[in-house]
Amino acid sequence: MLQIVLGVVAAVIALWLVILIVRGVQPNDWLYGALALLEVGLVAQLVVGLVRLSGDHAGVNVAAYVGYLIGSLVLLPVAFLWSVGERTRAGTGVLLVAVVVIPVLFLRLHDLWVAG
Amino acid sequence: MSASTRTGFGRILVFVYGVFALAATARALVQLATQASDAPVAYSLSLFSGIVYIVATWALGTDHRRVALVTIVVELTGVLVIGTVSHPSDIDRASVWSDYGNGYGYVPLVLPFFGLWWLWRIGRGSAEER
Repeated sequence: MLQIVLGVVAAVIALWLVILIVRGVQPNDWLYGALALLEVGLVAQLVVGLVRLSGDHAGVNVAAYVGYLIGSLVLLPVAFLWSVGERTRAGTGVLLVAVVVIPVLFLRLHDLWVAG
Repeated sequence: MSASTRTGFGRILVFVYGVFALAATARALVQLATQASDAPVAYSLSLFSGIVYIVATWALGTDHRRVALVTIVVELTGVLVIGTVSHPSDIDRASVWSDYGNGYGYVPLVLPFFGLWWLWRIGRGSAEER
């Protein structure tokens, strides 16, 4: 459930970034706020994931699962730091790539859990 | 301001390379740590691809064009050779380059072409400035 909400948030932010890139406008504090909100959601996902792992998880590749949970946390902060180094459309494009990768990580997490 | 491999389109390219550096290396380390005896050759190859992505990310991010060119050629060779010899059903032994990067939306196959195109474009731009 949490992943679906976060996936929708990521999609909305992605669309927002596309509009900014097309119009040649730099991200404002509202967008950075939305990214921060998404990051908080990813932290919540890590907690939920670890709680799930403490229960029944026969056959789940725990190392890979935790790896994806932690990897998803690193993505947005790194993208933010790398994007502000160049305040152009390309810098905004970096944020777009990061936000698009997040739902892919959700699919991976889902596959890893179902495979278990 | 002279062109650099890390500005403009290069800024996005470096980030994508960075994502793959992390994904491929982390995947290889998990594979080697948890099931190394299953397929040591495949997992070592996974680690090799991760290192290639790390070097390419560094080279593109710091404007080391010759190193970037060599690593991207190695990357392209790797994805073509591994893509050709790997079998789609070897999922348990897969690396990022297996089946031409099918498991990663074929981005591993497309990425080196973008990398080479970008180096060519940047190189041409620098030559015109002189």
